[in-house]
Parts: sequence; structure tokens; C-alpha cells
Amino acid sequence: MKILTGNDLKTGAVTWWTGVGWSLDVNQAADVGEDGAKIIAREEGAQNVFAAYVIDGEKDADGVRPAHIKDRIRALGPTVRPDLTLKPSDPEAVNWVI
Amino acid sequence: MYKYDEYDQQMVDTRVAEFRDQVRRRLSGELTEEQFRPLRLQNGLYLQLHAYMLRVAVPYGTLNSAQMTLLGDIADKYDRGYGHFTTRQNIQYNWIKLEDTPDILADLAKVEMHAIQTSGNCIRNISSDQYAGAAADELIDPRPYAELLRQWSSFHPEFLVLPRKFKIAVIASETDRAAMRLHDIGIKMVKNDAGEIGAQFYAGGGMGRTPMISPMIREFVPLDHLITYSEACLRVYNRYGRRDNKYKARIKILVHELGKDEYVRQVEEEFQHLLTMGIEPPLAELERIKPYFADPAFETGLSEDLDLSDPDFRLWVERNTHAHKQPGYAIANISLKPVGGIPGDASADQIRLMAQLAKDYSFDELRVTHAQNIVLPHVKKADLYTLWKALDEAGLGTANLDTVGDMIACPGLDYCSLANARSIPVAQKISERFGSSEKQAEIGELKLKISGCINACGHHHAGHIGILGVDRKGVENYQLLLGGCEGADTSLGKITGPGFDEDGIVDAVERATEVYLSNKQDGERFLDTYRRIGMDPFKEAIYG
Repeated sequence: MKILTGNDLKTGAVTWWTGVGWSLDVNQAADVGEDGAKIIAREEGAQNVFAAYVIDGEKDADGVRPAHIKDRIRALGPTVRPDLTLKPSDPEAVNWVI
Repeated sequence: MYKYDEYDQQMVDTRVAEFRDQVRRRLSGELTEEQFRPLRLQNGLYLQLHAYMLRVAVPYGTLNSAQMTLLGDIADKYDRGYGHFTTRQNIQYNWIKLEDTPDILADLAKVEMHAIQTSGNCIRNISSDQYAGAAADELIDPRPYAELLRQWSSFHPEFLVLPRKFKIAVIASETDRAAMRLHDIGIKMVKNDAGEIGAQFYAGGGMGRTPMISPMIREFVPLDHLITYSEACLRVYNRYGRRDNKYKARIKILVHELGKDEYVRQVEEEFQHLLTMGIEPPLAELERIKPYFADPAFETGLSEDLDLSDPDFRLWVERNTHAHKQPGYAIANISLKPVGGIPGDASADQIRLMAQLAKDYSFDELRVTHAQNIVLPHVKKADLYTLWKALDEAGLGTANLDTVGDMIACPGLDYCSLANARSIPVAQKISERFGSSEKQAEIGELKLKISGCINACGHHHAGHIGILGVDRKGVENYQLLLGGCEGADTSLGKITGPGFDEDGIVDAVERATEVYLSNKQDGERFLDTYRRIGMDPFKEAIYG
């Protein structure tokens, strides 16, 4: 699947396009197919997000997983500070990145 | 330390107001990201992997307690309770909100700090010896000259859009503690045969994807030509440095491609031209700056004796203190490398504690080191035990300076958008593998440096053992280098062979230390043994 990610303008937080808006949770990411560039142009133009780009991902029963480790770290947070990730109470979350 | 005059303060305050308006226009949609990006970068605001990152300049690594306290307060108020001290003697915050940045910069301006020129293709923060003004082995304090260069290079209209970023280091000791020859320009303050102080210039050093050790380009530049000669070096680079290829844009490539002699010829020609223009500031300006770096009111007649009956304290004194020029005083190094910790990170509470300890025991002064540690430069030996106890209680008393545990590591793929591999987990695993003080004592001085990409922010080329993280088809892989050194005998590490995975690189480091231990002769450091026996025994042990 093709998913779309960017950064929130005010906070810089990593966000994922859900099909109707932006979410901090990668599992909410929608398959944008061939529409990525069009969505980026519209959303960046509306100041909803910046530095957006399309990446490859996979969806299975556990959720959406970006293909590259860099985007998995973006999706979760720093692997060396589990307390600062989006899943601070899940000690196994870092394994999802690697 | 240096105090802003009205011009310094006005420049910084004006920049804060200007950036506040730029942020407002960005948030309102008046500026696009493409328009705003160079503006935020000029104020040290990057976009990193998880959020905006703000890099705050610490000129030549020198801070007072009020500044350090504020750095801790910023970590609490605007970030997530910690900061990261960098290999450029600066501090970075990883979770900054755009809308907060004008207020952060305004807070910084109140204590004479800023984030200007911590990014972009300009002259960056001038770095120096962390022991400046305190070391027993220095000729003079290099910081007044670093400060003069800071003033010259700040907002210099001709050098704000160089072909690439430009880094300058200034030292004044035979022992190079600032990796001077791995800078775009390295300046060593020296005394000539006539007993006059001047500057020895080196140009064209650097790390990154094409590491080079700078050659000396002028043995002696008189003090009243320091800025003019610097300007000549920059002008030649600015004119002829490549702008068509960012990977070949640093001055090291220009010096290498022109050849040192031709580069020097052009610099000398430009220098002679500039001498006719009278751009050198009057020496009175240097004399105005110097008193700010005068010695604090040291006590005299102090005892050199120390009660070392506490074995842990004894170890810390042996490892983490350095000879001071003033009898009865010591330079105390605070390691930001606890076993298993994140190199260079300090919590807001730790930052404020170090500030308070500097106030109580070090004449209000601190230094940030390029090895990502903190220095209290002027501590009475009689106060060392009390100081160490306070540090130890806060997790800051680790006795591992210059050992394998005291490694440099860049933020790597955990934070950096340029990185290819994570650096910090490797650092943590090595730190834990070599965590015992007995093991570290057995190995002795070993400078290990880790970078998460070829940009070499972790100085891997200059490590006795260096580690470079690369991306091999989407999988982290780590190359091992041996034989690098950043001191007076600067050398570049060589790659041992094929890379390793995260656990494999830790094993490889251990095997390299075993080769050293089984081959070392009396008094040899790891680096000495490597230089004597060469790469082959290490490769044999590492790859079998």
C-alpha cells in the first residue's frame, strides 16, 4: 500500500493521512494509491501539514507498518526512549521498529 | 566570560523580533515552507525525525550558571525534560513546537544566548579547548581570539551564503582537545621566536564523506592581522568553492583539488589586497575583550592534598580531573555517559544541578566539550569530594573519561532525518559490555566514536575505534574503523572490512580490545598498539 506522511505545522509532530484528515497513529493511515501527490498539494496548500511524502507500507491484522525502518521510527518515536514513544506502556513496541 | 555590549544585545533582540514575525507569517500561511525553511534554519530550527529541533549556540563551549540554568528550564518548559549536548559544544532540543520558538529565543536573549548560525551554509559556532583558561599546559587563553572571530563571523554579510557550512576551532595548547585539524579552519595560538603571540593557521580539514586532515597554511599570523587573514581564507573559499555539488562544496575539497600551495598562494594574494582596505579591527577591541576572560579570583596557598580513601572518589579523581594551572585547583569533568545511558543527554534537573554546582564550586563557569561532556573548569581540590558526591547522587559521577565508556555518539536514526542507522543503541550496548570499572581500567584510554551516517557528526573517522552506521538494503549495518585520532597526532581511521549487525559490531569492538590487550607493551594505549602492529592482527581476530 502507499501511505502518506508529513509533519504538523505547529508542533512538527509526525502525522499520517487517514483519508479524511491527519492522525498521529500510523494505524489510521489510508492507502492513497496514486493520489499521493494530489493530496500533498492540497493539504500543504491548506497549511494542514508540511514536508509530506508518500511511502510504501503494509497492512495486516496488527495494523499498518511502513516499509522502511526510518519511517517506522518516525511512526513510533525514538527506540532509545520508550517513555517518549506513542506506546510508552508497551515494552515490545520497539521490536515493531526493528 | 564575555558579556554582551549594547550592540551584541541589540542584534540578538532584533533577530528575535524578526523571527517572531516570520513565525507568525508562517503560521498564518503568508509564508510557504519553501520560503520559511531558510529563515528557520538561520535561527537553528531544523525539522528532524519526530519534530522541530532547536540547536542553541554555546560559543567556544563556555557557559555561566544562569545560562546553564536556563538551558535546563527550556528543557522543562518547551521540550520533554532533557537536552542533548553535541559534538559542536552546543545543545539541541528534540521536541520543539514552532509556535514556541520565538519565546525560547527571547528567553535565550535575556541570558545573552541565541541559536543564530547553528545551521545553514555560514560560519558556525566557533569551538575551542574545553580547558581554555584553566589548563596547566596552555600558552594563553584562546577564548578572546575565538570571541573576536565570533564577532567577525556573526552576521558577516559576505559569508552568510557560503558554498557549504564552515567550522572554525581555536586552541592554544600543544595538546589538541578540540580536533582542530579536522575543522575547515583550525587556529593554534603560538609564540614566535621573538616572543610574540600570533596564530598558526590550518585549512581544509574535516570529516564527513571525504575526511581530510588540514595542512598548515601559515606558520604565524600576527595578532593585528588575525581577522584580515581569516577573511582572506574565507574569500578564496567563497569565490572558488564548488556550488554545483554539495558533496564537493566544503573547503577541504577546494584545498585538495587546488593543492595546498595554490590555495595558499591565492589566500596570500587576497590577504595582501585586504591589507590595503584596512578591515582589521583595532587591537583595542581585542584588549577590550580580554578582561572578560581574566582569571577568576583564585585563592593562593591552597593545599594540593586530597583524601582519596574513598575508592570510588579516587577513581573519579584519577579519571575525570585534569591538571589546573593554579595550584590547589583542578579541572573537573562531568561525564554524560553513565553505563547504558545516551551519550550527551542530560535531564533538566541534571542541567540545573550542574549550573548550581558551577556556581558553588567553579566560579560560575561551565564548559561543554566536543566529546559531549560538561566541565567545571576551576574547582578547589578541597571541594572535589563534596562536588563528586553531589554529582554521583544525580547520576553524573561516572568515572570514565577517555575510556571506552566515554564514547561520542551522534543522535543517529533515533532522532536525525539524515541518519541511516541508529547510533545510540550501539553506544548503549558497548557501554554495558565494557561497563565495569576494572575492564575500563585494564583497557585504559580508548576513544570510541559512533556516527549514524557518512556525515560523521559522531566523529567516527577520528576514533581510536570508529563505528559508521550504514543502510544496507533497508537494514542497519555497522562498519568498524581503527586508528583514528583527533589530537596533535591526528589520523583517520581505516575500515577493517565487511560490516556487522548491531550485536556483531559490539562483539567486533570487544575482539579489537582483546587484540590490544594481548599485544600491548608497557605504557601503550590502544592507539599506540594499533599503530605499532598494524591492522592485520585486528582483522584476523575480528573476521577469523
